[in-house]
Formats: sequence, C-alpha cells, structure tokens
Amino acid sequence: MTFFIEVLFTGLMVGIMYSLVALGFALIFKASEVFNMAQGAMSLFAALALYGFLEQYLHLPLWLALLCTVGAMVIWAYAIVFVVLKPLVNRPPLMLFMATFGVAYLMEGIGQSIYGTQAKGLNLGIPDETYEVAGIFISSFDLFFAVVAALLVFGLVWFFQKTRNGRALRAVSDDHEAALSVGIPLLKAWTLTWIIAGVVATVAGVAWGTRLGVQFSLSFIALKSLPVLIIGGIDSIPGVIIAGLIVGAGENLGEVFLGPYVGGGIQTFFPYLMALLVLYFKPYGLFGKEIIERV
Amino acid sequence: MNEKPEPILRAENITITFGGLKALDSVSLEINPGEITAIIGPNGAGKTTMLNVINGFYKPDQGRIIFEGKERPKHMKPNVIAAQGIARTFQNLALFTGMSALGNIMVGRTMKMRANIFSQALYWGFSQKEEIEHRKVVERIIDFLQIENIRRTPASMLPYGLRKRVELARALAAEPKLLLLDEPMAGMNLEEKEDIARFVLDANEELGYTIALIEHDMGVVMDICDRIVVLDFGKKIADGTPDEVKANPEVIKAYLGTAGE
Repeated sequence: MTFFIEVLFTGLMVGIMYSLVALGFALIFKASEVFNMAQGAMSLFAALALYGFLEQYLHLPLWLALLCTVGAMVIWAYAIVFVVLKPLVNRPPLMLFMATFGVAYLMEGIGQSIYGTQAKGLNLGIPDETYEVAGIFISSFDLFFAVVAALLVFGLVWFFQKTRNGRALRAVSDDHEAALSVGIPLLKAWTLTWIIAGVVATVAGVAWGTRLGVQFSLSFIALKSLPVLIIGGIDSIPGVIIAGLIVGAGENLGEVFLGPYVGGGIQTFFPYLMALLVLYFKPYGLFGKEIIERV
Repeated sequence: MNEKPEPILRAENITITFGGLKALDSVSLEINPGEITAIIGPNGAGKTTMLNVINGFYKPDQGRIIFEGKERPKHMKPNVIAAQGIARTFQNLALFTGMSALGNIMVGRTMKMRANIFSQALYWGFSQKEEIEHRKVVERIIDFLQIENIRRTPASMLPYGLRKRVELARALAAEPKLLLLDEPMAGMNLEEKEDIARFVLDANEELGYTIALIEHDMGVVMDICDRIVVLDFGKKIADGTPDEVKANPEVIKAYLGTAGE
C-alpha cells in the first residue's frame, strides 16, 4: 500500500507540471479562442532567458533574474498581441492557430541565436534530498515545485474569481462583443492574458528546466499537455488542473503496475490512451463546456 | 414645449454598405436627452445596423456621429465609446454565461471603476473599497429590476425573460448617458413585455435615462416612446411623435404594403 501511495504521489508531482503547461493553453484559448502552439516554446524561452540572466551573460541574483525573465515574457506578450494577433482580429481561429506556429518557431530561433543550442543545466540551489514520511519517499525538489505550482494555481483562481480584472478577462472569454460594449478594451485584455500565460510558462519552463536541463526538447512538453487538455476540456481551468493530476498519476501508476505485463515503457503513450477513453465517453472533456448548436 | 433641446446624439447622413447592399442610406437622426426614442421598421430595415453604428461596432462609410456636441473621430473603438457613456443590450442576448447574474452586472460597471486594468493588483486595499462602493450601486439596480432572488444564479441557467432583464441591468450598471436597447421585449409573452416596458419607462422617468430602443411591438412603442424614427430598406421614411408617425402614409405603406405591390 505504501508503495502504491508513493507511486501515486510521484505521479501527482509530475501531474502538477502538466497542469501548469495545460493551464497556459486553457487561459489563452478561453480569452481569444486561439490554440496557442507557442506555449511550449514560451516555456523553453523562459528557461533559456533565466539561464542567460543567471549564468550565461549576466550573473544576476536569482530574484532579479526571475524578475527579468518575467519582464522578457511581458515583452513577448505585447509583441505577440500587437504584431501578430492584432492584424488578425476577426479572422478564422485556424489562421490565429497557424500564426502561433510561426511564433513558436520564431521564439525557438531567437532563443537559439541568443543562447546557443547546447543543453544547459539550470541550478537554482533548491536542495534535492529525499525525505521519508510515513514510509513514503518524497523528493524535496519535487515538493518545492509542487508547492510553487499549487500557489500559482490558487493565485490564478483567486484572480479570475475575485478581482475585477479577472472578471473582465472572463467576460472577454465569454463574449467579445458584449465585453467591448461594456467598455473592456479587447487588446489590453488579450495582452494581460498572454502575460499571465507567460508567467505560467516561466514557472513551467523553470521547473522542467531544472529537472531535465534546459534543452530544446523542452518545447515538446507542450505535446504532453495535449491529453491533459482533452481530458480536462480545453475551456475549463479547474478541469485542466485536475486532468493534469489525473494524467500524471495515471501514467505513473500505469507504468509501474500495468507496464510489467506489456514489457514497460507505456508511460509515453498511456496519457493518450486515457485521453482517447475520455473522448469516447465525454467528447468535450470531463469538465468542458458542451457546445450545442441549434440548426 | 416648442423649445428644441440640444440632442445628446446626432447622426448625420450615415451610409454604410455591406458588399453591394446599402444597409443604411444617408440616414440622419437625433436623440434628445431625457426622451425615449424608438427606431422601428420592417425586418432588414437597418435598425440594428444603426445601433451598431451608434455604439461603434460598425464604422459608417459616410456621415458623422455627434455625441454631446462633439464629433466622434472616425475610428473610435467601441470600448472607448462605451467609456464615453453609451451602453447597450443585444437582440440575441450577449450575457457572460460563465458568470452569475451579479457577476454580469458588476462587469457592466467596468467603466465606472477607476483602478486601471494593470494597476489593480498593486492597490489591493483601494480596489477592495472600490468594489464595495460599486456593489452598492449594483444592488440598487438589482432592486430596481426585481431580480434579487437570482443574484447568484449562473447566467446560463436563467430563463430567457430573466436573461433579458440581467442584460438590461448590466447596461444600467454603467449609468450610461445614452442607453441603447435592441429589441428588449423580443420573444416575450404579454406579461413579461409589460414588465420590461415598465422598467424602461421607470428608467426614463424616475432615473432620468435617455433611451433609444428597437422594438417590433407597435402597441408598446406607441405607448412608451416620445419620438419614433421609421426606417425602411436602409432609408429613413418618417420621424416624429407617435401620433405623427401613425398618420404618415409612407409608414402605413411600409408596414402594410399597398395595392399593386
């Protein structure tokens, strides 16, 4: 039983990371109905930028480097909204989707030319020790990022539910025209959404970067969050958070308990299998809004 | 009575074309402060287009809008126009379905809140106090429209008639100088219509709002409106008091058709 709990726990820790990346997708999708293919690249760029500020170019203290990284993501948010999205307002979502592809490549390219292509170790000085609590082994490193992610998620929920700006962003995501008619500036709201997505990407990128090293495959963690989005329903913020946990726990439990029967290595595709299953029964995800169109 | 008040909004020679279709053809109209002005006309006459021009969703090809004596720059954004004091409701309802009725109405006060969209997080104490102030105003509106018991209900769960009322509440929450209502009584039964008609009338007489509305129910329009503008195929065919409009042969022709057509 302790073994089961341990496996579950490790899975949940990873799951929080998935939630984070998926959260970035969901935020932007809700606000502007854009499926943002650049979310992974944003995480990568944030991790690269932090490395640059911390070790490669400037040797800033950690807090300042983090602040500068967020600053860089804010600049990206403005650039994306005003240079890429603004001319495409009122175009079909597919066009915006393709535009974010371009943004993803642009970000990776700029990242490569500034910071080089080799993998980098990102060390934030977070202790990596293993504690034993009631017979369960917990990595302090995992725990640290789990707490940070949880705080971020609670912060976002609070922001969207309780503050006026959060309400304004939700209004924009519900109905663009109505939001305009009550005086909410659309571009500002979008920019704010992209900034928030940038901050979320920073946390995700730094967390994954310290765990796996800052490398270009980081932008593929975005693919890992696709099953999360499918299971949670892309337009539901609590949905993707819970789905991230389900996927993290599911793939770890699947690997450990089902893996041996089929020769192991099922971790990579197990989430997609789960997503397929959910699609079969709940085509809009577990928490997604069902779209019923009248004919 | 004969003294002509300065109109709060004047539209001059508004022309707007969609593809080859002239949705509005050199239409001029005036909305006087403190009055209820109705825009009526058969389907496709350009009524909603006119409203969309007034609140800035559409930019007219020709013509100008003068609001409170100042000409509006050509490319003013709808959210800026909302900030100047023009609020509206929509023909097909545009509530924020993910929020409660209260949430919707609070969003309506966006323009009245001073804390800037970016600075808000920094002045937590200030915006908290501000929030409470605005909540009081919103509660008065909720009271006025008698929707106290559905405050916390998600907008998506409300029946149609109440959604319309919440949308009206959201527009009133902005305390607009000019309130545009696009078919506020569409799809309602007689009782609901009478309710809304009374709210509109009270908003005008008791709260002093200037209102322009589109409505198909002639009985209601004749009863509550001070002035009526009649559109047909994008052209203005009549403009005047209910009695004048009722007697206008052009209007009768547009509504009933004439022999030989």
